[in-house]
Amino acid sequence: MNSFLTSGLIHAAFWVVVGLTFGGAVLAVFPRKIVYNVLGLIVCLSGVAGLFLYLGSFFLALMQLLIYVGAICVAIVFAIMLSPPLHLEVPKRRMGKVVLSAGASGVFFVAIAAVIWKTVWHPAAERGADWSIVTIGHLLLTRYDLVFELISLVLLVAIIGAILTTGFSRRLSS
Amino acid sequence: MNSLSVYLVLGAVLFSLGLFGVILRRNLIGMLISIELMLNGANLNFMAFNRFLAPEPAVGQIVTLFVMGIAAAEAAIGLSIILALFRRLHSINVEQARRLEG
Repeated sequence: MNSFLTSGLIHAAFWVVVGLTFGGAVLAVFPRKIVYNVLGLIVCLSGVAGLFLYLGSFFLALMQLLIYVGAICVAIVFAIMLSPPLHLEVPKRRMGKVVLSAGASGVFFVAIAAVIWKTVWHPAAERGADWSIVTIGHLLLTRYDLVFELISLVLLVAIIGAILTTGFSRRLSS
Repeated sequence: MNSLSVYLVLGAVLFSLGLFGVILRRNLIGMLISIELMLNGANLNFMAFNRFLAPEPAVGQIVTLFVMGIAAAEAAIGLSIILALFRRLHSINVEQARRLEG
């Protein structure tokens, strides 16, 4: 009885998380005020972190919260505050464009959904059960060594490039 | 609830909403937000395949970590370009940024 209740609760919580993800994604795309978009993005990314929990990776859920919600969303909020686009007038949306873009993404979604529905997925013959952070760390420093280092190089270049882009544009315009 | 296709459809919905946003929005920050949505849809797919099909459960998590790193770099560069563009044009509407159009 008790375990039945718990599993029902977990099931309900799953759909709540899915609803949060959808609602956040809709809120991130549709409203024309950019602050609502950022709020929706935060809700959606937190929902995806919850989905990662359901997919069995606590570490990735924490990383999602840390990197996406903690770093990227805060950076977007900073960019909004530094350039005051809120006071600029928002151009009206053309109906034809809305319909066309909805059609394009709808066609894409239908194609992907058909592929998902048609394909018979086979799990790998023998599946390991090693989900631990220790294994991830070992693999990052052995098999995926080069990629790991390249990612750090890309991040370094991105940081320097961001500083140079904003800094030089200020010097040129003043 | 715990089936592969639920997660795959979720990822596809996230990706399609992001695609819709990228086509529809003219605000550059809005486009960046939509790109983040698309990356998250891809991430969700990686994690779902990793949970249900993959032989080694650690590899999908590592790929997801790499995507997150790339997303962080992309957001930093994109936001700095948006800031530079705003200082030049006093607008973050992509249709205003047509100096290179010829």
